[in-house]
Amino acid sequence: MYGRFYLSLVKNWHLEHIKEQCKFQSTRKPCFFVVMKWGQGITALDNEKDNNYRTKVARNPKLERLENNYLFPEISARELQHIRKYPDAKVISLGIGDTTQPLPDVIASSMANYAVGLSTPTGYRGYGAEQGCKELRNAIAKTFYGKMGIKDTEVFVSDGAQCDISRLQLLFGSNMSVAVQDPIFPAYVDSSVIIGQTGDADKESGRYENIKYMKCEARNGFFPDLSKTPRTDIIFFCSPNNPTGHAATREQLEQLVQFAQDNGSIIVYDSAYAVYITDGRPRSIYEIPGARKVAIEISSFSKIAGFTGVRLGWTVVPEDLLYLNGLRVINDFNRIVTTCFNGASRIAQAGGLASLSSEGFKSVLSLVDYYKENAEILLETFKSLGLKAYGGENAPYLWVHFPGSNSWDVFNEILEKAHIITVPGAGFGPAGKEFIRVTAFGQRENILEASKRLRSHLS
Amino acid sequence: MSVIQQNLSTSMASSASIFIANYSFENNKSTNISIPGKFKAVVKCVAAPERTAYKTKVSRNENMAKLQAGYLFPEIARRKAAHMLKHPDAQVISLGIGDTTEPIPEVITSAMSKQLRASIASTYYADLGLDESDIFVSDGAKSDISRLQVLFGSKVRIAVQDPSYPAYVDSSVILGQTGLFQKDIEQFEKIEYMKCTPENGFFPDLSTVGRTDVIFFCSPNNPTGYAASRDQLTRLVQFAKENGSIIVYDSAYAMYVSDDSPRSIFEIPGAKEVALEVSSFSKYAGFTGVRLGWTAVPKELLYSDGFPVAKDFNRIVCTCFNGASNIAQAGGVACVSPEGIKAMHEVVGFYKENTSIIVDTFDSLGFKVYGGKNAPYVWVYFPGQSSWDVFSEILERTDVVVTPGSGFGPGGEGFIRVSAFGHRENVLEACERFKQLYK
Repeated sequence: MYGRFYLSLVKNWHLEHIKEQCKFQSTRKPCFFVVMKWGQGITALDNEKDNNYRTKVARNPKLERLENNYLFPEISARELQHIRKYPDAKVISLGIGDTTQPLPDVIASSMANYAVGLSTPTGYRGYGAEQGCKELRNAIAKTFYGKMGIKDTEVFVSDGAQCDISRLQLLFGSNMSVAVQDPIFPAYVDSSVIIGQTGDADKESGRYENIKYMKCEARNGFFPDLSKTPRTDIIFFCSPNNPTGHAATREQLEQLVQFAQDNGSIIVYDSAYAVYITDGRPRSIYEIPGARKVAIEISSFSKIAGFTGVRLGWTVVPEDLLYLNGLRVINDFNRIVTTCFNGASRIAQAGGLASLSSEGFKSVLSLVDYYKENAEILLETFKSLGLKAYGGENAPYLWVHFPGSNSWDVFNEILEKAHIITVPGAGFGPAGKEFIRVTAFGQRENILEASKRLRSHLS
Repeated sequence: MSVIQQNLSTSMASSASIFIANYSFENNKSTNISIPGKFKAVVKCVAAPERTAYKTKVSRNENMAKLQAGYLFPEIARRKAAHMLKHPDAQVISLGIGDTTEPIPEVITSAMSKQLRASIASTYYADLGLDESDIFVSDGAKSDISRLQVLFGSKVRIAVQDPSYPAYVDSSVILGQTGLFQKDIEQFEKIEYMKCTPENGFFPDLSTVGRTDVIFFCSPNNPTGYAASRDQLTRLVQFAKENGSIIVYDSAYAMYVSDDSPRSIFEIPGAKEVALEVSSFSKYAGFTGVRLGWTAVPKELLYSDGFPVAKDFNRIVCTCFNGASNIAQAGGVACVSPEGIKAMHEVVGFYKENTSIIVDTFDSLGFKVYGGKNAPYVWVYFPGQSSWDVFSEILERTDVVVTPGSGFGPGGEGFIRVSAFGHRENVLEACERFKQLYK
């Protein structure tokens, strides 16, 4: 059951396109798809019929600037195309980072009970606080930030990190300079373009003007060389990293916080995969002294509790974080949250609360272990093939290097030969172009089957 | 009113925003602030920027500074909370924030998941030429309004009804579509305010409205309760067509229509080329806390260069959003099942009975009463009075929370919005208290 609806009505004459209406297996919904050649912009047909009425409203030029579809619907489109081509193939998806294991019973039943309770006079609840239910804010502060001095009033519950990223961009506005890791989860860059912080994309590299891309590669231990990084207002930093899987060390994060302090910048720290860290590296930016004055942290129940479809996350904005004029960032964020949002679903919040109970959290961590075991299997597989695979230890992603290759070609080859969906590294930024991201989410049998296929097709 | 500050900083009702104690209104000239609506009492600015605290070198988004106050409804909640602290034994009844109160029918809560988009399309747009691919399910109209603003960008100009639901104006300011707030007329520069008053039958005189790119239009209307007629909406569509504008039609209360007023803008011929429609399960199924709504964007709606609006909206939805909760969607599927539709009509019917009771009460007290027929809102006229004063008086003397009309725009001054959501006993009790106060 997913709340994602993919709709692409591209009519661009210089793209190869396949417009299809397909039905997935029974649990998915019918969608329209167009597969585009990656790297082509989206424009109106030049020779489109002129007798269609047009409003006089100009298209938002920032949307015109976007070079491609959002990455993950693109991957879905390709998966669909592949299934139609090979209806008997058992496609295994190690692509979109979607959890697969059922929710622990204690969590699912809390949501079911809450939902049913809504039919009763005593159990019915209407609008909740936009910032989230107090108990959940409290539980998040205690569970994840217990010793770091983060108050429940600094925790804003949301319907997930992807939405929070855009709400933060709305908060910041178009006059911000932004730095991102390269490679990185595409929402930071795309939302930055949409809100108007960037110029056009360079045709060669695909990099947007005005965004500073901080290269993260094997050579620099997947941590940017901050001495070569110019100042920006905002620094997006995801650790453990999607897609490289690298979790920054304490020393690295201390450097980052110092860098932000020296430059008067704001770090937006994405800790969505923090629970996958088991080797003592920091899980929260607030483990670093001074971070309260320079950092916002976003996180999510998606990869913790399997809530990718349930939709629940949070953002921490410390009261100590101040704008240049001394005003508190938290006040403006609260304004955004109360004006542009109406709270996460109360049912999802009930589930979130259950997942942070002692029984719930234990069951959730055992799911995390399950996915980590998957990652180990996949790491072993790539090792046996003589391929260098990074990550996979503190994150549910493997970052596999195919030197000298084009990642879309590798993606296609793996899909054609082994019927496995991955994600081409180029989708995460120019530094990803020789890499493939492999997710460790999946049912064990599928992970084992995928490993088998990879061993035979990639040797 | 500094007592509000003191009380609020110590303890909070869960629904009240806690930030008034720290909220610095961006006004360098004075520390006394007037909240729009000629509210006489002043709220003191408490949080002066700390002089010794570390500050980043990041400039505040100047659009945020243009906003005059907090979002309207948290302000109401703050006042309610302050009142409850002051009068702990008072049986406060809320007919303020339009929040549903009645439990969700069981058929809806025990649902299995199916095809929600298709069901929404067939339930609400069956003969209107829209199908499931035109429907975008969301976590509610408030979020959709902001996503639409992100879609349109900062260069568009909007028109709104005056009065109107505050999210259209506030989101416009945040996106940078407006200039500064003009205190004398209580309007933001660059927004076209289309006055809706008893004098013009709560439908704007379009001959006096300047062209804008986007026209926000809510019908049945929050807060006035007025539902535009077929003829009026035809004129609106014509107006949009002539100006090449896009109508954002908010139909969140459509199921409350009792007469033959249109329920969807797409009932009007030609609307698909000029309008998109936002709606919600909040006020039909009591989903205010569950979070589910939708936006319908016809394929025929094109930008000036011929590019389909739906395509860009899809991009926004894929990038800035990740879907409504699947559990909420399962509930939504049940809502639009035959049994669910029947159940929603019962819920709506219940609130409509509440509305009648409230209308009758104010009628019998000799007030001029508007709305209340096609919407769960009663728009009561208090000529020559400040609506914030009336709000405060009603709260102080009857412990009933309503909403001051000027919170919805300068055209709302002199009016009070009474919402009809409430348990029957509470609505009856509130009406008794009104009768005592105004007899």
